[in-house]
Amino acid sequence: MTASGPQALGPESTVSEPRKYRYRWLWRLRHSPTGMLGAVIVVGVVLVVLLGTAIAPHDPELIDLKQRLVPPVWAEGGSVGHVLGTDQLGRDVLSRIILGTRISLLVGIAGVALAMLTGVFLGVTTGFWGGWWDGLVSRFLDTFLSIPFIILALAVIGVLGVKGGNNMLRLILVLGLANWVIFTRVVRGEVLAVKERDYVEAARAIGQRSWMIMLRYILPNVTASIIVLGALQISTVIIAEASLSFLGLGVQPPTITWGIMLADGRDHLATSWWLATFPGIAITITVLGFILWGDWLRDVLDPRLRE
Amino acid sequence: MTTYLASRLLQMVPSLFLLTVVLFALMRLGGDPVMHLAHPEASPEEIAEIRAAYGFDRPLPEQYLKQLRMMLRGDFGESFRFRSPALPLVIEKLPATMELAAVSMLVALLIAIPAGLLSAIFQNSPLDLGVTTTSTLGRAMPNFWIGIMLILLFAVHLGWLPVSGRLEATSIILPALTLGTSVATSLARILRSSMLEVIRQEYMTTAKAKGLHRWAVVLGHGLRNALIPFITVFGLQMAWLLGGSVIVEEVFAWPGMGRLLLNSVKVRDLSVVMAGVCVFALVVMGTNLLVDFLYTALDPRIRYSSS
Repeated sequence: MTASGPQALGPESTVSEPRKYRYRWLWRLRHSPTGMLGAVIVVGVVLVVLLGTAIAPHDPELIDLKQRLVPPVWAEGGSVGHVLGTDQLGRDVLSRIILGTRISLLVGIAGVALAMLTGVFLGVTTGFWGGWWDGLVSRFLDTFLSIPFIILALAVIGVLGVKGGNNMLRLILVLGLANWVIFTRVVRGEVLAVKERDYVEAARAIGQRSWMIMLRYILPNVTASIIVLGALQISTVIIAEASLSFLGLGVQPPTITWGIMLADGRDHLATSWWLATFPGIAITITVLGFILWGDWLRDVLDPRLRE
Repeated sequence: MTTYLASRLLQMVPSLFLLTVVLFALMRLGGDPVMHLAHPEASPEEIAEIRAAYGFDRPLPEQYLKQLRMMLRGDFGESFRFRSPALPLVIEKLPATMELAAVSMLVALLIAIPAGLLSAIFQNSPLDLGVTTTSTLGRAMPNFWIGIMLILLFAVHLGWLPVSGRLEATSIILPALTLGTSVATSLARILRSSMLEVIRQEYMTTAKAKGLHRWAVVLGHGLRNALIPFITVFGLQMAWLLGGSVIVEEVFAWPGMGRLLLNSVKVRDLSVVMAGVCVFALVVMGTNLLVDFLYTALDPRIRYSSS
């Protein structure tokens, strides 16, 4: 940076961007209130997952029938011991929400990771090679797009069965299966543009194998889109996991998930409003965090993805 | 126009074909079909006999073709739960689902069009801020949870509307509101951004300059052009809405296809599951086709470029 400073450069530089490039993302975060909010929520959710039992006021699975359906602390009949009240078996709602964060985040990240791996592999190869392989995958893509996610999930779970087996693994599989399409589409489109660049042709000219070209020259150039899409898809997958668990098709009790808590809460709507209210708020805050954070990432890394 | 429609119809064929392949593969993944037919203590000879009788000893492609012929005739086999053919069971529930979908779409349009339009015209006003904030929040809330909260407020707390079922005329209000708001958020968002784009066009200035009333400019020239991207999203949202109807039907005990499908999945009544998935996919494809027709009617450019 010269001594003349940014002022000498004309009107475009009146906004004081930071001097060092490596701090620019931090500067952008400070100047985006929604991005900041998203980042704070995401960090908070991750902390809740890591601390888990340490911050939960009670054992989330402890049944106490004398303390059944206690309302939250501020409502009439509430108790300080159970800030968000207790459920039909006297279990502490706050502790269950805290522990439920684990499954939501774990399944969300694993589902997105699976979709990402599949989608990126298919997107890169179809975009790079084209031909019959591209044609075949595109047809599958169209078919998957014409089946709503939940219907697809119902078909797969219907065949695999609800009970028995590792239902967490099955859930991740279903979520991955439902989300590879969007990764494939976006990555394929990017690859189509990247593969026309000169450096790809240069790599070809010196006799690089196509796998090496894809791995070393194409993939790094589409990474930004993949990261942004991944962050945004986590929010979709968290909601999908909650929906499937709510329907009784996801993780099964006694594992604690927000979806299962909501299903329990619905059965006690007439008497205990808090059971169905707080897990929903937990989902909303978490998903909101990932949406805001993802939107911000997109604006910084890859503004072209904006709809 | 007719050639365009014909080509769109033809494009559906490979998708439908792949759908049947996927369904066939899924059914075979679900385990040996003979085991479902034979009684538990059947001897190996008896099992072999059943296998031969149903043609399960033939090569897989041959079995697939047989299955395909049956599906084309509308024969998905018998539901073991109801002891009757699967497809009529699904078709019987179709009107309830379509009724819910249609009313929900109407609700979505009634919310999204004014909201999107006004927030674009009064960009950056408090009204705009309200609309964009609400739509981001709507993205973060699980749809079925909005439904539960609506029940809590309007049925349990205020007692104005029935909690569930389809017995009274007012029964549809809450489920349609739930499903409608979920679609309204993304529709409002897309209308806002396409309207903002249209407002900057020169023909808008021309229309204003020739002395047209402000609202005549906005509605006659603005909205008409902004509707084109809107309708694309509308088509995609229809698929989303039909998927979401499964959960909303479950929350409100609405006796439609989604609920039938869900309950069939839980008891692994596979023939009903497969028939249901097929009908859902056909409805989605049909809706997309309808949206395409609407599209060509609204935008002559598409008609000409395709022919």
